[in-house]
Amino acid sequence: MSEIQQVNETLELITSIDDGSEQYLSFFLGEEEYGVEILRVQEIKGWAQVTHIPNSPPYLCGVLNLRGTIVPIVDLRLRFDMPKKQYTATTVVVVLKVEGVTQRTVGIVVDSVSDAHNVVPEEIKATPDFGSNVSTEFISGLVTLEDNNMMMILNIDRLLSVEALG
Amino acid sequence: MSIDISQFHDVFFEESFEGLDAMEAGLLDLNVGAVDLETINTIFRAAHSIKGGAGTFGFIPVSEFTHVMEAILDEMRNGEREVSTLSINLLLESVDVLREMLTAVQQKTATDDGRIADTRQKLEAMKADEFEEPELVKVQVEAVTESKDLGWKINFNPHQHLLQTGNDPVRMLRELGSLGELTTEVNDSKLPPFSDFEPEDSYLSWTLTLLGDIPKEEVDEIFEWVDEDCDLTIESIKAPVKGPTRVEIMVAALDKHDVVSVEFTPEPEPEPEPEFSTTESVVDETPVVAVDIEETQSIEATLPVEKTTTKSKIATPAASSIRVSTDKVDSLINLVSELVITQSMLSQIGEHFTPKMLPQLIDGLAQLERNSREMQEGILRIRMLPISFAFNRFPRLVHDMSDKTGKKVELKLTGEQTELDKSVMEKIGDPLVHLVRNSLDHGIEMPEVRLAAGKAETGLLQLKSYHQGGNIIIEIHDDGAGLNEDKILAKAIEKGLVDASDELSPEKIHDLIFLPGFSTAEELTDISGRGVGMDVVRKNIDSLGGSVEVVSNRGEGSVFTIRLPLTLAIIDGQTIRVAGENYIIPLVSIIETLEIKTSEIKLVSGKGELYPLRDEYVPIIRLYDVFNLDPHITDLEEGLLVIVEGEGQRVGLFIDDLLGQQQVVIKSLETNYRKVKGVSGATILGDGTVALILDVPGLMALYRDPSLALFVNHNRAA
Repeated sequence: MSEIQQVNETLELITSIDDGSEQYLSFFLGEEEYGVEILRVQEIKGWAQVTHIPNSPPYLCGVLNLRGTIVPIVDLRLRFDMPKKQYTATTVVVVLKVEGVTQRTVGIVVDSVSDAHNVVPEEIKATPDFGSNVSTEFISGLVTLEDNNMMMILNIDRLLSVEALG
Repeated sequence: MSIDISQFHDVFFEESFEGLDAMEAGLLDLNVGAVDLETINTIFRAAHSIKGGAGTFGFIPVSEFTHVMEAILDEMRNGEREVSTLSINLLLESVDVLREMLTAVQQKTATDDGRIADTRQKLEAMKADEFEEPELVKVQVEAVTESKDLGWKINFNPHQHLLQTGNDPVRMLRELGSLGELTTEVNDSKLPPFSDFEPEDSYLSWTLTLLGDIPKEEVDEIFEWVDEDCDLTIESIKAPVKGPTRVEIMVAALDKHDVVSVEFTPEPEPEPEPEFSTTESVVDETPVVAVDIEETQSIEATLPVEKTTTKSKIATPAASSIRVSTDKVDSLINLVSELVITQSMLSQIGEHFTPKMLPQLIDGLAQLERNSREMQEGILRIRMLPISFAFNRFPRLVHDMSDKTGKKVELKLTGEQTELDKSVMEKIGDPLVHLVRNSLDHGIEMPEVRLAAGKAETGLLQLKSYHQGGNIIIEIHDDGAGLNEDKILAKAIEKGLVDASDELSPEKIHDLIFLPGFSTAEELTDISGRGVGMDVVRKNIDSLGGSVEVVSNRGEGSVFTIRLPLTLAIIDGQTIRVAGENYIIPLVSIIETLEIKTSEIKLVSGKGELYPLRDEYVPIIRLYDVFNLDPHITDLEEGLLVIVEGEGQRVGLFIDDLLGQQQVVIKSLETNYRKVKGVSGATILGDGTVALILDVPGLMALYRDPSLALFVNHNRAA
């Protein structure tokens, strides 16, 4: 849990800097690193038991009580058709603010949170077209990080839209 | 010691408005000719409290106005006056006027003085048993306003030797006092130091105000003998330019009664235009704090929750407050005391903490968590009001409208105790009024038309409210003419809303009335049919996340059904267990729970299971089936059958087990997710986990047509 605390602190630190660049929070699904705009991140919390929603798609784990509001939780691995990984105490839920007709709060389950990165908009490269082989509709751009890793920036408004949730 | 009584204004206004509502309800209950003493007493008490309160707080016009009403009610109470439609209507009108006056005082806005004076005149006339057209009286009033003197202002400054002439100012003052109400102000500035005081000299002078309808001659007569020995000025007091309301009313009073006394309160600094406050003295009731014991209790009950409003002064009349039933407050107080106990327990543990006490600490913290959650829920419950708050205005509305239109209507209210969030309540009021008016205006026919159609002369209008699943349903039934499909269709075609070639089912046609700019009333009345019609109703209800629909049978009447989601409602729920998951069934939809034998089950075409429940067969819905869960129990004899009712139909829900019953706060799934078929909402259980609340009609629909599910053929085992 201390890892989460640490990241939460970094989050606060980073959001207070303003040098024109945009900040992204990155996390891992297996070996792949994904990023979301840091301002969309409401909080990061550990895995807690969810309540299943009947007749919902497999990637929708269920709903969670987040201080009195009911928040749906999406398993990102299953959403991307990656093999399921057992939830443990170290499994992390990133709670995001999703814009649509109304603003909604949705949690995503990821393997682990990595870091917060400053990204200058010019550094974001377009997503290549894989045709029908790889679905890239939820990826809005690619960024090369300092350690030469590639971070895929997620379009969470599309990924977690009401229609996409089931 | 002075108390700032303005801090009680809010309570006074609130109580007064409640009193007015009570008066209105009572008046509508009064049967013409038959005096129901209890009802009259209720009305009288309400009027009396308002009068007393208004007097205490110095809202003189209000207390005066109420006084006249009270006098008439008193006569009714004593059987000296017959309860006639005329008098009831007039009293109702007076209630309206009084409400306007109070609103005006509360919001510090101007009143419609003409109307107040008019109604007051009518009341006065009725009291004098000479009910006449108000116009005549009004002229009289206006004429009188110009000329009538209110009394006399006398400056009496005796010369030093006055006492030596054998005249005594005290006796003269006493004499003046017998003519009317006398206020004296003494000027002792000429009084010498005691050492220089001459007992036979007069040092004092007076400023006197004599109020009343007194001829100047009488005043002059008193001073006749001292004319030479003093400086005397006698001026008549005219109606001040300021505060026309009060004066007009006062003049109206003068007009009808011979004895009127006026209290005169001079301003502290010399001011040519004094302020007036008047009290009628015909049947003088001292306007003290006339609060009955029951009211004191209710004040006590209200005060704790209203603290914030009273503090925030009357400057913001929009700040709303809630009246909360005492048992809700009591339960909160219980919760608070539990919280205090938990807190002291925890601090005791904290003082002498040893690692051994860890389990106790954990217990204590869990208890604290539970306490605070319960408190949170208790506080949320305060926002819930019974729907009677919205329904209460309808008896009056129906009364007025049947009066105006000549229709005979009986109003029946059911489910008034259904609780609704305050914010929803505020917004549903107007659409409801519109629908009720619509039913009265377009639905229920004139008595002769009804008789000709073979119906009872009196139309029946029913308002029903109840919970269904996670919704609150409000139904407006009328047994009137029903919707005229031909007319609606013709109108819709004329307005270009549909094509003449369109084939429309009756339901589709009925739905057309909710389109913007639609009104079929043959002539526009002031009751409804102003073109801003049902579309606004639908828009308002939509904005609350609800829906409105109409079912109508030509010649038999119409039913408008409003469905409102419970954004923040609390229901009694039964927790059940199926396939390792907990769900909540609203207690209202449960008929009974049974253990069943497989041998009793009848099969329909080998699949559909029916259970014979007394004289009917109810279909069995296996909950794990419609929800696509991995069942733990499939044998009907091992589980339980919960008979539930939805949309008038009964089904048996097959579940694993019954758990506890509890009140649950309904939370919306749609805020962050979406609507789920068969589920009306979610709630948070005592341990912080989420449980879904089942929607019985939705489950039935899902059972009939599994393709309605969001995601079909999903196998959770995968």
